[in-house]
Amino acid sequence: MKEYRTISQIAGPLVFVEKTEPVGYGELVNIVLFDGTIKRGQVLDTSDELVVVQVFETTAGIGKDSGIRFTGETIKMPVGRDMLGRILSGGGKPIDGGPEIVPEKRLDITGAAINPYARGSPNDFIQTGISTIDGTNTLVRGQKLPIFSGAGLPHNQIALQIARQSKVPGSKEAFAVVFAAMGITKEEANYFMQDFERTGALERAVVFLNLADDPAVERIITPKLALTTAEYLAFDLGMHVLVILTDMTNYCEALRQIGAAREEVPGRRGYPGYMYTDLAGIYERAGIVKGKKGSITQFPILTMPGDDITHPIPDLTGYITEGQIVVSRELHRKGIYPPINVLPSLSRLMNLGIGKGHTREDHKKVSDQMYAGYAEGNDLRGLVAIVGKDALSERDRMFLEFADIFENRFVRQGYAEDRTIEDTLNLGWDLLSTLPVEQLVRIDRDLINKYHPKFRQAGKAEG
Amino acid sequence: MKTEKSKSDATGVLKRIAGPVVTAVGINAHMYDVVKVGKEELMGEVIKIQGENTIIQVYEDTAGIRPGEPVTNTGLSLAVELGPGLLTSIYDGIQRPLAVLVQKMGDFIERGVSAPGLDHSRKWEFKPLVKEGTAVSPGTILGEVQETNIVHRIMVPPNVKGGTVKSIKAGSFTVDEIVCTLDNGAQIAMMQKWPVRVPRPVAEKMNPTIPLITGQRILDGLFPIAKGGTAAIPGPFGSGKTVTQQQLAKWSDAEIVVYIGCGERGNEMTEVLTEFPDLEDPKTGKPLMERTVLIANTSNMPVAAREASVYTGITIAEYFRDMGYDVSLMADSTSRWAEAMREISSRLEEMPGEEGYPAYLAARLSEFYERAGRVKTLSGGMGSVSVIGAVSPPGGDFSEPVTQNTLRIVKVFWALDAKLSQRRHFPAINWLNSYSLYLDSLHDWYDKEVSPEWNTIRSWAMEILQKEAELQEIVQLVGSDALPESEQITIEVARMIREIFLQQNAYDAVDTFCDMKKQYDMMKAIRQYSDLAYAAQTAGVTPQQVLSVKSKNELPQIKFIKDYKPALDKIQAEMDEEFNALRSAA
Repeated sequence: MKEYRTISQIAGPLVFVEKTEPVGYGELVNIVLFDGTIKRGQVLDTSDELVVVQVFETTAGIGKDSGIRFTGETIKMPVGRDMLGRILSGGGKPIDGGPEIVPEKRLDITGAAINPYARGSPNDFIQTGISTIDGTNTLVRGQKLPIFSGAGLPHNQIALQIARQSKVPGSKEAFAVVFAAMGITKEEANYFMQDFERTGALERAVVFLNLADDPAVERIITPKLALTTAEYLAFDLGMHVLVILTDMTNYCEALRQIGAAREEVPGRRGYPGYMYTDLAGIYERAGIVKGKKGSITQFPILTMPGDDITHPIPDLTGYITEGQIVVSRELHRKGIYPPINVLPSLSRLMNLGIGKGHTREDHKKVSDQMYAGYAEGNDLRGLVAIVGKDALSERDRMFLEFADIFENRFVRQGYAEDRTIEDTLNLGWDLLSTLPVEQLVRIDRDLINKYHPKFRQAGKAEG
Repeated sequence: MKTEKSKSDATGVLKRIAGPVVTAVGINAHMYDVVKVGKEELMGEVIKIQGENTIIQVYEDTAGIRPGEPVTNTGLSLAVELGPGLLTSIYDGIQRPLAVLVQKMGDFIERGVSAPGLDHSRKWEFKPLVKEGTAVSPGTILGEVQETNIVHRIMVPPNVKGGTVKSIKAGSFTVDEIVCTLDNGAQIAMMQKWPVRVPRPVAEKMNPTIPLITGQRILDGLFPIAKGGTAAIPGPFGSGKTVTQQQLAKWSDAEIVVYIGCGERGNEMTEVLTEFPDLEDPKTGKPLMERTVLIANTSNMPVAAREASVYTGITIAEYFRDMGYDVSLMADSTSRWAEAMREISSRLEEMPGEEGYPAYLAARLSEFYERAGRVKTLSGGMGSVSVIGAVSPPGGDFSEPVTQNTLRIVKVFWALDAKLSQRRHFPAINWLNSYSLYLDSLHDWYDKEVSPEWNTIRSWAMEILQKEAELQEIVQLVGSDALPESEQITIEVARMIREIFLQQNAYDAVDTFCDMKKQYDMMKAIRQYSDLAYAAQTAGVTPQQVLSVKSKNELPQIKFIKDYKPALDKIQAEMDEEFNALRSAA
């Protein structure tokens, strides 16, 4: 392989190389330092005169005397069955002291888009055991549902609880977790690793760790490596894969860093204008392919800078993903776990996975009614702060109370508490029965007669 | 018509590759010519010419392409194939049928595969409508093909000179075979090609005077769009924009639906793709897909094809309009389209306008929406293209450039509101911020087709809702008990309008579509309660009694009953009785 020593400029994570043979766009590049160490990079821009290489590791040690080798191929990821149970770096190298991965295949990490025509319709209900998700923001197989959180909130616990408890009721199919950490602290990483080891989840997990002190640019490829692995497990080996990506905010920061180094015209808040397309390239790699057994379900986690949901990162994410689970500082302060605020949370694929044949016929309407009741009660809290509780009508007081019991009984649950969907829906009916029947305008009479505790008992008494 | 280029001008080499934008030298191309890039012959389009350099946007992934690879100019603009076989098709942004792509390259979109928009081997039964010796001109309908339950009319292409028909034959033909020749030598097949960036010609643009009935109460009842009109649905994510658009595609009374999924979610596209073929067209009982063309370019498919998808869609819509059909086109979402423009513009290192969007954003948007309209076609018939564009303002901020530039052009605004969707008020269209500028031009139609009372009752409902918004501000401060009695009734009536009339369940088999007759009956029942309540209050009945009238609690159930009339009559009769009793007791 020809080695060039024609570096003309090094700026941030970018290396500019002159006078090369034709080099392919997106090609993998090895940079050889004077002491023989090799750093990896990728071609970002190529022309007759100049090739721009983005280096995945720190550029420390690279100089004009460093050698550049173009590998002639785009970045490939070696994948194999024995990846399960392994811990890899954010760049895909084993860091658990074990042997190299024995590749069964080498896959391009960019991953092609699934043809929309070949996609299967996601409609298998996943029970996470968390009422605020199962009941009101239901997850289905093949969905991408991010957790929008803030600094200092228990999103990691929630993610772990989901990873631990998730199952499709009544199914015993092969199931795997791919965990990709981008720029999280060693402590957070340990927290995940210990939980994986304690619960035995590590055996069926592939872990990619790019820690806070690892090179930021490496983060750019970490999610792509993780998803390439997930695609292999799902579509070649037929497993149902749950992918946890944390923290996407760090990924976007790295993207901005490279944009700035390339002196690109910045978009909102300095993030590159192509961030939507870039993020879509990650999130859209969730789904089901018709005629294939496996599936990829994604749980990206991101911390919203300043808890601001309109910040470009959560904003663009929300436009691509199928809903979001919003973790609320207010509920957390009230000591409620999991502090999931159902009002701004949403699962866009919920209707595909609920109802008769999936969960229960009353699911949609119970969920809507609770949502509406909680929203109304929550609004009234603002009013109470101004005029006091006494000024409220009787009806308003009932909704105000409903909001409180909703938070304390429906939202609040234990870190290890695994509620079945029946438990969640029955709990919902119990809460709704504190409201007068005529206020349940979103539920038709038939369902009320069948499931409402008052009529349920009356029915039993008669029968 | 372009002439064949000399060989030396048509082939060149690549000089630079940076993502979806590449630079070639040695070709003498024109703007928007389609070129084949690299050894794999990826499809691209010329977007800038600068000295020796020709700048090309490539519709496929460019990874691995090197400087020095060949570039070939086809000399043609990006065009779509128009003819029998369009309906029921599902295309990507550059009219490649997705089903064919699955056959050719598997479940994932690879590159370097071309696929024609129409099936060139399939035969269609052509039935001539003109005889030999008839004088025809561009746009004249020569014959027809029963494509699905829709009749596909075969026209003289707009770019063919008129003349008299020399020969025309009935029978079974492929789209390429000549079915008609004219005395001037023109040979006409069932397929015509049209460049997507050029609007198809019409005889005359007309004023829109007929509403596009959608079956959605808040739209038809309060904020109607005319056939041939333009509407924007802006909505922060999670406000039910996609569901609203899908409802429109399913239920609007346009004869042809073109749905463009532009840079949207793969799974949602799948939902559309799996749902549409199963859906029944409420008018014909046939699958809805038989009158639909879908274009799906999801967010992770190449960005340049996303830019083109909107033009591909509207050109197909115009083609059906030219046959004399009412077409509705949904573009979801134009913001993703604008972002594709921005991305390509920034790769071209153009001087950015507001928020990094190119300075020509406003011009492109208005050019696009201006292709909507109700027209007299070249053949003398009437047709329309109604355009409903979704915009996705970042952070729900309506002051951003795409929303603002769109609002300057469109006539209807359906303001989706995340707050309403959080409260599960669906469709989450805010009745205070939305507007329709077609109310005046549609006034006569409602008078004639629904009821002479409708326009009055509509204004009444809007007034009550407006009043409620003002009263709510007071209630926020002092509580509802502090309101005068009559205003407590107003609040209650407004609540009924919101919960009974405006809220509509897209997932309920009956409530998902509500015709104008039922809308009128429902609104009239609410009006009846309102009139009786105010009268009773004047007669001395207390507000508590007025508000606790039992019969009105049954009204919401009317939405879910198909044959609602008997139940509604019963409720209205009971309401009369209850109020009579209250008044005589007072």
